[in-house]
Amino acid sequence: MTDYEPVIGLEIHVQLATATKMFCSCALGFGEPPNTRTCPVCLGLPGTLPVANRRAVHYALMIGLALGCDLAPRSLFHRKNYFYPDLPKGYQISQYDEPLCRGGRLGDVRIHRVHLEEDAAKLVHVGTSGRIHGSDQSVVDFNRGGTPLVEIVTEPDLHSPEQAREWLTLLRTTMLQLGVSDVRMEEGSLRCDANVSLRPAGTAQLGTKTELKNMNSFGFLERALRAEIERQRELLDSGQAVVQETLHFDPASGTLMPLRSKEEAHDYRYFPEPDLVPVTVTDAMIEEAGAELPELPAERIERYRHELGLTADSARQLAFRVELGDYFERALAADGQGLEAQALANWVGGELVARIGETDPAESKVAPEALASLVGMVSARAVTPGAAKQVLDRLASQGGDPARIVEAEELGAIAGGGELEAVVEAAIAANPEAVESLRAGRDKAIGAIIGYVMRETKGRADGGEVTRLVRAKLEL
Amino acid sequence: MSGLLALAAAEAVESVRKRELSPAELWEAYRERAASDDLNAFTWVAEEPQLEPAATAPLGGVPLAAKDLFCTEGVPSQAGSRILEGYRPPYTATAVGRLMAAGAPLLGKTNPDEFAMGSSTENSGFGPTLNPWDRHRVPGGSSGGSAAAVAAGQAPWAIGTDTGGSIRQPAALCGVVGLKPTYGAVSRFGMIAFASSLDQAGPLTRNVTDAALLLAHMVGRDPRDSTSLAFPTEIELPRAEDLQGVRLGVPEELAAGAEGIEPGVHDNFEATLRLAEGLGAEVEECRLPHAPYGLAAYYLIAPAEASSNLARFDGVRYGLRVDGALELRDMYMRTRAKGFGAEVKRRIMLGTYALSAGYYDAYYGRAQRVRTKIVEDFRDAFARFDFVVTPTSPTVAFELGARVDDPLAMYLSDYCTVPMPLAGIPAISIPNGLVDGLPTSFQIAGPAFSENRILAAAHALEHAIGFDGSAARESEAEPSGHGGQEARGRSQERRREGGSG
Amino acid sequence: MIDRAEVLHVATLARLELSEAEVERMTRELSAVLDHIETISRLDLEGIPPTSHVIEVESALRPDEPAPSLPREVALAAAPDTDGEGFRVPSPGG
Ligand SMILES: [Mg+2]
Ligand SMILES: [Zn+2]
Repeated sequence: MTDYEPVIGLEIHVQLATATKMFCSCALGFGEPPNTRTCPVCLGLPGTLPVANRRAVHYALMIGLALGCDLAPRSLFHRKNYFYPDLPKGYQISQYDEPLCRGGRLGDVRIHRVHLEEDAAKLVHVGTSGRIHGSDQSVVDFNRGGTPLVEIVTEPDLHSPEQAREWLTLLRTTMLQLGVSDVRMEEGSLRCDANVSLRPAGTAQLGTKTELKNMNSFGFLERALRAEIERQRELLDSGQAVVQETLHFDPASGTLMPLRSKEEAHDYRYFPEPDLVPVTVTDAMIEEAGAELPELPAERIERYRHELGLTADSARQLAFRVELGDYFERALAADGQGLEAQALANWVGGELVARIGETDPAESKVAPEALASLVGMVSARAVTPGAAKQVLDRLASQGGDPARIVEAEELGAIAGGGELEAVVEAAIAANPEAVESLRAGRDKAIGAIIGYVMRETKGRADGGEVTRLVRAKLEL
Repeated sequence: MSGLLALAAAEAVESVRKRELSPAELWEAYRERAASDDLNAFTWVAEEPQLEPAATAPLGGVPLAAKDLFCTEGVPSQAGSRILEGYRPPYTATAVGRLMAAGAPLLGKTNPDEFAMGSSTENSGFGPTLNPWDRHRVPGGSSGGSAAAVAAGQAPWAIGTDTGGSIRQPAALCGVVGLKPTYGAVSRFGMIAFASSLDQAGPLTRNVTDAALLLAHMVGRDPRDSTSLAFPTEIELPRAEDLQGVRLGVPEELAAGAEGIEPGVHDNFEATLRLAEGLGAEVEECRLPHAPYGLAAYYLIAPAEASSNLARFDGVRYGLRVDGALELRDMYMRTRAKGFGAEVKRRIMLGTYALSAGYYDAYYGRAQRVRTKIVEDFRDAFARFDFVVTPTSPTVAFELGARVDDPLAMYLSDYCTVPMPLAGIPAISIPNGLVDGLPTSFQIAGPAFSENRILAAAHALEHAIGFDGSAARESEAEPSGHGGQEARGRSQERRREGGSG
Repeated sequence: MIDRAEVLHVATLARLELSEAEVERMTRELSAVLDHIETISRLDLEGIPPTSHVIEVESALRPDEPAPSLPREVALAAAPDTDGEGFRVPSPGG
């Protein structure tokens, strides 16, 4: 049986977070009542004309720079003609053979092109109405219609569902860092279609590809790709051919359904949009866009690894969750006495995330300064890790200053000396048989004695110190 | 007819300024005349002026007729199409808004060929407009309603739109002045689109001075129209009385050499050239080698853009819907089949075909290259000449129905007017005489933004020609004759037929 | 030249229902017009760039500043069929 290599390319639509629509001055809609964000232009009323949004072009240029694309000095809008109720003018204004950006790369995936276009409206199926007997009705809401979109098309450089998901995460984080979109897949501000084909491993020839749509979450993308790769593998193994078609992913069943093919082949009759003049990108516009480029995840990973010496996993975890990385850096800066970066990274990426989940740490009750001082106390052995976790619970639920909590709750580590010795003696006295076993050379038995001490001290004792004291007392 | 109605618009503005006349008197006189329209020139006439214009306003309260291709808030704006029957937009076109703001109250909306597609106004979904010089004949088109209204003295002045000759050709057939400005000089916002890269609004007036005054308040960059430009200079009222040192180029391709130019039209054209020489102009032959291909390029570019511009008429957000269709596709197809007339369908088909897979390069792509050659032809001509001059229309007004069954013959009416919009340059048409009681016209085209010079030359010629249009203003419908009512009646079976833009 | 099949295909692309008579007439009339249009195929246009815009304006971008939208009742006012909140249409393929 042949062993196949999947070849995957992605086509991503990103809604830009401008204040207004692509070609009119309506504010972007965010779940307002239907059709309350429209004007003569975005309703396609007779006689109206589009005027392109400067910030949308600016954001597209930022994306182009971030992805290392060639920016076209002059690009054109075209009309893509087809009839659909969510398309008020009967055509979508998009870019065709002269897009704003060409080429480029993100991580190990090459970018084919990046262009600007307008989003379609929302068509909601409302079922059968009595008004027209037996007819199926839908209702159009034009609030979303005309929202600026950037379409990013990759080269077919991905070779597994996991890799595709990982790369899309990198792209999403990059968009977040740029601040050009809120890229929420579930809400449709980030949409991803995929082209998939298989080829015998080691060959260069591309097989027949299918297009996957409607994968509105990272999980669905991965599942849909898996399902499609499996489907194609079975076809090829049984000597059948893959048919070029568009498949719709059904999350419920986890299966892919062919979209009902149109009666006539698509013929979009693209031609240059006569209502819009060409977009000329000036050096000033490029400088403006460049000046607003923040540090991007790929760069951040590098810095965390080489300047802060974080492990690859910690670096990726903090770089991919922008808000986590920012929080980490604020905590690191808050601390004066050279806090160990990896230790802090472990606390942020481990214990903190375990307590706040997906919520932005900046919105949690745990101030970065607080976490920094807590981790500092742990490193200074002023608090044991166990006690520190109890403190973090308190911080996460009520906030506050860790030092105060430690004091109030008497969670401070017991440095050796009298207090601890007393407890250890009590422990020895209370566990005669453990002492016996110990003397008999069964070292594990010390656990019972340490356990007693920890209970007594509410975990404030240092395990190592306790062991040392026990052995000293028993002259072992 | 009252002396008040004998005043040209600029004269009326002057009388208002001198307090010899009040905006209210003007409004009443013209409203009454427009309301008793027997030419089917108007599709809607206002009851009241929207705003009492100040006597001091630059346009002095002289009422304006606007082609029904312009959207006007709360007022029927139907583009001559049944698919927009009764449609009242929620906004007003920039060009109309500017003229109203300058003190010209909206008198009414005038009848066009459906979506401006025609050369006779017989393609209106609301019946043909009659030519006041001879009610058996067409007023030209597509701004036929505006041309007829001004010629008949139903409106002091009017605006129209020109895509392939739709201002100049009806102006010619009705014996009035029509100016198509430089592409981009006047905002297209609110003008129901026919062919976006060609459409341009302009004045139709009794004389050249009126045209200049109206144009002065139409031009200017509009932030709502990306393709509009700030006019580089002020539009001045023309004063020139001679043509000293003016070089006129006569392109044989559009004059003597042109097919289908009637002898009478040719003679009047030659006579005007002699007059021009008498005023000091140098007249020489020039070449526009690609002008003969203008019509073919135009009949690919305009329908292609139209096929896309008219896709929005789909029965969803406004206008006609043929209901009872269970399938979305049937709703679309039946709505558009019922709402559009024959000529509009013909052009949508032609344009869709020209853009469709496999034909783009041979048709639309090629037409855009011809367009480049035509631009170059004019650039070369203007290197040697101030203006290129031609007859505006190869023929005088033709009889109603004469060309409705022969689209190509109808399209040839635009032979001399199509090259200018393809090059985006301005051109004016002024009446230069009569043939058997029907007006002929003289066209002057110049480089982009040469409107002031064109108006000056036209002003000098106009006085030398001394054309008298009063006959059309005094004409009445023959008692038994072809009145507007009958026109509307007869039109019903004919309104789906023939012609250009 | 354009034949009956092409006319029917183009009519579907353009969403125009044509009667039998219209198909016949459209085929004849479009062919006549296309014959005239064919004259441009005589021209040698090798290396001639297309003109899609006759003016020298470029960019003409709009500041990203919101303006008030239409009240919904105004937006819906001219619609042939609404449910009071949106534009009602037969479902695609429904
Ligand atoms: Mg797209
Ligand atoms: Zn809008």
